Formats: sequence, structure tokens, C-alpha cells
Amino acid sequence: MTIDVVGVSKRFKSFTALDNVSLHVRSGELVALLGPSGSGKTTLLRIIAGLDWPDAGEVRFDGEDALERTVRDRNVGFVFQHYALFRHLNVFENVAFGLRVRTGKDKVPDATIRAKVEELLHLVQIDWLADRYPGQLSGGQRQRVALARALAISPRVLLLDEPFGALDAKVRKELRRWLRQLHEELPVTSLLVTHDQEEALELADRVVVMGHGRIEQVGTPSEVYDNPATAFVHDFIGETLALPTDVRDGRLYAGDKPLALDSQGVADGPARLLARPHDVDLADPDAAPFAGRVLAVRTFGPTRRADIEIPGRNGPVVVEAAVPHQQDLPTGGLIGLVPRRYRVFNANA
Amino acid sequence: MSVAEIAPPAATPARVVRRAPPVHTEPAGVRIAIIAVALTFLALVIGLPLVLVFVQAFAKGWQAYVAALVDPDALAAIELTLIVAAISVALNLVFGLVASWCIAKFEFPGKSFLITLIDLPFSVSPVVAGLVFILLFGSQGLLGPFLQDNDIKIVFALPGIVLATVFVTFPFVARELIPLMQEQGTAEEEAAISLGASGLSTFFRVTLPNVKWALLYGVLLCNARAMGEFGAVSVVSGHIRGLTNTMPLQIEILYNEYQFAASFAVASLLALLALVTLCAKTLLEKRIAKDH
Ligand SMILES: Nc1ncnc2c1ncn2[C@@H]1O[C@H](COP(=O)(O)OP(=O)(O)O)[C@@H](O)[C@H]1O
Ligand SMILES: [Mg+2]
Repeated sequence: MTIDVVGVSKRFKSFTALDNVSLHVRSGELVALLGPSGSGKTTLLRIIAGLDWPDAGEVRFDGEDALERTVRDRNVGFVFQHYALFRHLNVFENVAFGLRVRTGKDKVPDATIRAKVEELLHLVQIDWLADRYPGQLSGGQRQRVALARALAISPRVLLLDEPFGALDAKVRKELRRWLRQLHEELPVTSLLVTHDQEEALELADRVVVMGHGRIEQVGTPSEVYDNPATAFVHDFIGETLALPTDVRDGRLYAGDKPLALDSQGVADGPARLLARPHDVDLADPDAAPFAGRVLAVRTFGPTRRADIEIPGRNGPVVVEAAVPHQQDLPTGGLIGLVPRRYRVFNANA
Repeated sequence: MSVAEIAPPAATPARVVRRAPPVHTEPAGVRIAIIAVALTFLALVIGLPLVLVFVQAFAKGWQAYVAALVDPDALAAIELTLIVAAISVALNLVFGLVASWCIAKFEFPGKSFLITLIDLPFSVSPVVAGLVFILLFGSQGLLGPFLQDNDIKIVFALPGIVLATVFVTFPFVARELIPLMQEQGTAEEEAAISLGASGLSTFFRVTLPNVKWALLYGVLLCNARAMGEFGAVSVVSGHIRGLTNTMPLQIEILYNEYQFAASFAVASLLALLALVTLCAKTLLEKRIAKDH
């Protein structure tokens, strides 16, 4: 099922949580909504599910208006951020809930419910927990129950709000791969909210980067990582080394020093040159466009990082540069920085 | 290799026996004295009167005790009390549940006013509450002529007693449910409707089971108060023997007539109710802690 969000806006009192958001999700896709906390991800997900209503805009499932249908009739599987399992029902009854509440001509016979729930518990690999109550489960197990419960109504759209948010790092990684596999096996279109970039980049077919209630960029994981459309996306995804610069007459300056670097068409005024740390070489301070003092060098695992203090517009700024393992870098000394790949953005944007 | 090299650092064994310092710093004597004062106070103010009620009730022996309870007026008072409590508790169960549900799960204008209103019976003297009902429904009252014309009796009859009791005991259920429902939030309800449940089905399958123990707790307190209410009921009842006297009123009448043993015999039933309520309350509190 395709999902279309067209020009959706949502305000809470005077606060704009979503500002003219448009998004197309293809049938069978797994799309991640990625953004910092408070960027409006949950709000967008709730509007798609029908738990909230937009002030303006449209939501369409397979081209049909979804806003005129209530959450009951949208047949959307929703996995809540804190799972929202029914605390007084055991795992089996939690999963069975969506089938039990069907009445009249839609009533599901007990035997069918039992078969379906058992099948789902098997699918999410927790058959042996059927009699437990939510309070007796670990975070990862609750997550699986929440997913099985959402899948019980055979939804064609699956919405997951930070499904791994409450889990520890190792469990997260495991479940992530498992969820991807599950998505492949089921005929669903999935939309997953996360603030964890690694999760989004590893799991999703496409990533939607959100900031301040707006969509900053939509693209494949490698597109948003390698070609960030805005400074916000560059900062938010991956590590960023930000160098203060100015554009004057279409040329790039570091303070008063003209740089032999491309200003990339950015308008005159203060600008930021953004690069991935591994795209910035260390060099002789006199020959490099940027130079600064080494404050500290840290090594952890395969990476080595140096805090370098460079002069900025309003006092010195500290940037974190990648340091090759064999290079000797005394603290207190001067070092030059040469960006190989970089993007220039207006500092006020 | 010398022993000194392989021996653990000297501090290690010490750490095993070292315990966290106690959080209280008072010497043991002071602590015991404080506890003793508290216990003595409780014994004097609560324990002793309770014992005295039973001592007085049985002062003239078993036969007198039983005779006092099977006295027709006493039986009528017990019956009336049970009827009033049953009706009031049932009404307040429904009112309290609906009110807390609205308050905890929805946003609407006038919500804080409603919360204040629920607390009103706690802050108003029951006698004043009773008088208000007289002013409304009494023969000289606002609706008096209308009620008389239609031959409806409210004051000095069962409806008035129930009204007064409902008013006085209204907060018990709602007060118990609102904080729990607010804490539980609306996530489970949202999950239920996203799974296709109707509003009613969500209420009975999710909301109600989640608060059932707290609800029972509220009902218990509500019932205890409904049976024991004196002030408001005293004003609206009219003290008609064998007809509009509840147990607390009957106790007062007997006492005023110097029938101490009979008075305390009826009182012992209320004291018993208090003890049962207390036990049930303690058990329920454990269940409710689980729902939080
Ligand atoms: N019911 C609400 N009332 C008022 N403000 C809200 C409500 N829901 C969300 N917001 C605000 O909208 C913004 C976006 O929230 P949300 O969609 O939950 O962000 P995210 O899921 O990306 O962290 C936040 O600043 C939040 O405070
Ligand atoms: Mg959120």
C-alpha cells in the first residue's frame, strides 16, 4: 500500500510541530523517519495512523483519502514507543486483542484466533512466553509482543515509533536485522521512527530526515550520508567537522586569509565549511587553509581523534579531526587542516 | 613468590564486612523513645476507644447485646443503612468512574473546575450539605411546593438520605481513580482503538480492568463513609424511629436515652465494619501498587 502525505501541518497551541510536510512512501518500502527529539516524527506517525489530526493537508493510502477514516478503520499496525502493552492481559491475550474485539459479522472464531496468535508468537519467536504478563518481560520481549499484536490485524501499513528506543545496544542490533527480515517476509509498507542514525541508515530503503517540523531531505541511506542537502542533515548524520569561513565576492575566506577552496555558489556572508573527519587531512600549518592548536589526542579502538582549536569569527572554536595512527601529534603544537571533500553552507541557514 | 605478593590488598576483606552507614543518626535511645510515644498515642486515641466500644456493648452480657440488635428499631436502622449504602455506593461508583475517566483521559474546557467540584464535599461540613438539601427539597424549600403537589417525598424520607449520602461520599471513588488513570495515560487506549476496538469495548477491556483494584478501594472507603455518615443524614432524616433512622442516628438516640449498652451494641457493628474495611484496604493497597 502506498502512503502519501501532502502538505500536512500541525500546531499545538502556538507551537508548529509539523510545517507543510509532504512525503511519498512506495508500496512495500521500509522508510525511516530520522530526526532529533522534538522534530515532529511521532506527530507525523500519529497523523498517518489516525491517532491525531492535521490542521491542514492530506493523507492518502493507495490514493484514497485516509483522513475521512478513523483509526479503527485504517487497519494500520502501530507499535508504540513504550509498547503500550495491555498490562492486565497476558502475552497471548495481548496479541489476540485485535481479533477478539471484532464483533457481529466480523467475529473471529476462537479456534482461528488461537491459530493466528500461535502463528504470530512463533513468527516473533516468543511462543514460550504466551502465559506471561507484560510486567514479567524484558524490553526486547515486550517489543516482540507489541509487534505481534500490531501484526495480528493483518495491517498493510506498519508504523513503528522508536521500536528499539528502550533497548540496550546489543539487543537493538539483533532486533534491527530481524525486523528487516520480517518486513521482507510480510506484505507491508513500513514507516519507522528513530533518532538513531545508524539504525535508520542500516535498516531503511529510504531515510526521511526531519528537523524542526520540516522534512530536510529524503533519500537512500548513502544519498543522505554522502550528499546531505542541508547543513542540518550534514550535522545530524555522521560525524561533521565544521570550519568557520566567510564568503566575499564569491570567494571563500578564513578570517582575512583567502582560501583556494570552492565556495560552491554560496551567497556572500558568514559560511560554514562542513566535512567528514576522514575527508580532512592533517598538514603543515603554513601550507594548509586552516590551522589550529592541538588540545588533546584520543585513541579508542580503530579511531584516533584530536581536538583542535582554531580561530573563529566570535572567538576560538574546537573541532574534532581524524588522526592517522602512525602520525605523531604533540599536544600544544600547531597543525594544518586540508579538507579534501567538503560542503559549504550559509552559516545562517 | 612471597605471600605478600599474592595476598589481596589489605582493604579487600574489610570491604566485605563494611556496611552502608545507617541513614538515621539519632542514638538508639532517642529512636525507641520516639517510637514509644507514637505507639502510646495510637493506643490511647484509637486502640483504647475501639476496645471500650466492645466492652460497653457487652457490659450487660451476651443476651442484652443480642436483644439490642434484634430490637425492631435497631433492625430497621440496620436495614435502612444497608439500603442507603447500597444505592449510594452504586451511584457513586458510576459517577466516580465516569468523572475520573473524563478528567484523566480527555482535555476539555472547565476541567479544573470539575476537579475542584469533586473535592467540594470534602471541604463542606456535612451539616451544611444536609441543610442545602432541606433548602432545596424541604416543604419551605425551592422545590417544596412542586414536590408536594406531585406527592413526592424527598426530605425526611429515603431519597433525601440517599442524596445526602451520595453528596458526602462522592469524592471517594473519583479521588482514588483520577491519579491512577492519569498516571496510566492513554497509551493503552490508543493501542486498543488502533487494533479496531470501539470506545465502549476499549473502556471495558482496557480502562476498567486497569483500575479495578483502585475502584474497589474507592468503593470500600465510600461504603464505610456511607454507613457511618451522621451529619448530613441527621439533618435530612427527620429522626423517625423505625423509619428514617440510620445506624449512626439510632446510636445517638439510644445514647441520649441512657441506653448505653444498647447504643454501644449497635456502635460495635460500625466498629466491626471499620476493622473489616481496614483489613480489606490493606490487602487492596498491595494490589493497587502493582497497577501503578
Ligand atoms: N499533545 C501535544 N501537545 C503539545 N505539544 C506537543 C504534543 N505532542 C507533541 N508536542 C510537541 O511537538 C513537538 C514534536 O513532538 P514529537 O512529534 O513527539 O517529536 P519527536 O517524536 O520527533 O521527538 C515537540 O516539541 C512536542 O513538545
Ligand atoms: Mg517521538
